[in-house]
Amino acid sequence: MPELLLRVDDLKVHFPVKTGAMFRRKVGAVHAVDGVSLTLARGETLGLVGESGCGKSTTGLAIMRMLAPTAGRIEFEGQDITCYGKKQMRPLRQRMQMVYQDPYGSLNPRMKVRDIIGEPLVVHGLADDSGAYQDKIASLMRTVGLLPDMADRYPHEFSGGQRQRIGIARALALEPSLIVCDEPVSALDVSIQAQVVNVFVELQQRLGLAYLFIAHDLAVVRHVSDRIAVMYLGRIVEIAKRDTLYRSPQHPYTQALLAAVPVADPVVEASRRRVIVSGEVPSATNPPSGCRFHTRCPHAFARCRAEVPQLRDLGDGQAVACHLQETNA
Amino acid sequence: MERAAQTVPLLSVRDLVTRFRIGRGTVTAVDHVSFDVGAGETLAIVGESGSGKSVTALSILRLIPDPPGVIEGGQILFDGRDLLKLSDAEIRNVRGNRIAMIFQEPMSSLNPVLTIGMQVGEPINQHRRTPWAAALGMARDLLGRVRMPDPASRISAYPHQFSGGMRQRAMIAMALACEPQLIIADEPTTALDVTVQAQILDLLKDLAQSARSALILITHDLGVVARYADRVVVMYAGRVVESAPARELYARPRHPYTRGLMASVPRLDGDTGKRLVPIEGQPPNLAALPAGCAFAPRCQHAIDACRQTRPPLHDVGSQHQVACILES
Repeated sequence: MPELLLRVDDLKVHFPVKTGAMFRRKVGAVHAVDGVSLTLARGETLGLVGESGCGKSTTGLAIMRMLAPTAGRIEFEGQDITCYGKKQMRPLRQRMQMVYQDPYGSLNPRMKVRDIIGEPLVVHGLADDSGAYQDKIASLMRTVGLLPDMADRYPHEFSGGQRQRIGIARALALEPSLIVCDEPVSALDVSIQAQVVNVFVELQQRLGLAYLFIAHDLAVVRHVSDRIAVMYLGRIVEIAKRDTLYRSPQHPYTQALLAAVPVADPVVEASRRRVIVSGEVPSATNPPSGCRFHTRCPHAFARCRAEVPQLRDLGDGQAVACHLQETNA
Repeated sequence: MERAAQTVPLLSVRDLVTRFRIGRGTVTAVDHVSFDVGAGETLAIVGESGSGKSVTALSILRLIPDPPGVIEGGQILFDGRDLLKLSDAEIRNVRGNRIAMIFQEPMSSLNPVLTIGMQVGEPINQHRRTPWAAALGMARDLLGRVRMPDPASRISAYPHQFSGGMRQRAMIAMALACEPQLIIADEPTTALDVTVQAQILDLLKDLAQSARSALILITHDLGVVARYADRVVVMYAGRVVESAPARELYARPRHPYTRGLMASVPRLDGDTGKRLVPIEGQPPNLAALPAGCAFAPRCQHAIDACRQTRPPLHDVGSQHQVACILES
């Protein structure tokens, strides 16, 4: 069993909803993340999938401690970082980095690529004026497939795929053990996505990085992940090894999500059995009672409306939060 | 569906050229594009950003902002008439009436200060000269047909009160209002979640089929194409590089770009652990396209001749055309 890198227990992130122009009163809360537990081993990739508003990005930000968790526990490299302040987090930030979705918004347009990639080293006091710093930047650029002579250019001179490589090089600068990737390829054209996905896969093999790979594209997530967690309205509804999840999804939502994604083959599509769930994701301000999926679930029964299902271990690393599983067992 | 193309097509785009003057240069967004759409057929136009697929769609309805854009040449034959030769009043009578369009972003394409009922009823009132009271009643029925819950009260609601999926349903209702012969849907579900995407596309395809409307589906998603299209046109750098019936295209892609696209996209049922085969290089710069084949700089098989002359679109099988000199 590889060493555990990250453990998240019953993580909750609630955002207050306020009203009133002068005397702001709290009138409710958005339960963006509501009881998420997961683990990540060194060198492993955990895919986190779900539709917009399911809390996958908030989970990533809370793990990075860029958001304060409302409740729960986050343990990274053996330390409980849940309540760490800025100062305490600082040395740990070298070990955990993030790659963002938008390759345009996440790079400072007025900085040269050299300075963007080197900034983490400067911030953490690891940069000196010696040639070693410049060599490091050149080697980081080569690592992600950029030519070091491009170092003095500005972000606008690069295409979307190249910008994403710059963002990856910046994340690698401090040699982290964990990279949280939030929709890292979804803004890229399909022919470029594959290039960037390959960069992620190759870097992991070479450097032993762990990824929390947050995305909505189930095919991309399947390609890069060892295990996958499916989120719906702030909760994990199913978590399993990659092949198990795609071969025998147990939660009705996972099944619906997989069925909704078309396969790029007309022959397969013509013969595919498809369950299309109705409706849309309800609001996280006022989530449905019981199982949050019950309003759209074709199999829902009375208990689903009343009682919140807990994640139940089905063996072989698969766990599902669904009352049907207990009834069948 | 495949029979339709043998008779006179409903829409026939011939050598369409649309250019934009930007700064000192000119960008040819649509470069001698030709394709047909048969009555009742679903045609997918596939391509990445900048391939010219959306500009092609906007050109058909003459919705290109001028300046900076201008349709410089070609013909758009719709039901026997060249849409490029119609007067402004005549083309307005085609838009939303004979040809309807559904846009990608349902929030910015709906008017925020008009009720949904007014917006769905407007084409009926405009084109059919139906009085508003009756048009609103028809709008309610249309909202029911796109399976909007509680349509009677929804007609007096405003777009901001709707979710993304519901707005797109309203857009579809609006498109269907005058029973058009052709519906053009430009990335209709890109802004939506996957489970909602499946609902909307199924609905669109069902309704187009039952109204016997032809459908042009513009997308970058090869899965969506496989699920819904009868025929496919693949575009690259403003040009058509390949055109074929959907099954034929997926079974026997001939253009190196089409093949590259299919190999670079991970599939839900594909081999895992296999390295994706990306298309190397960068997307083309439309302001500075190379002479010859636009894909040549990224093509592994390119030979000198590819860089010199632009390959014409030629037949390589029944209804299968490709623009590559290496494929004959």
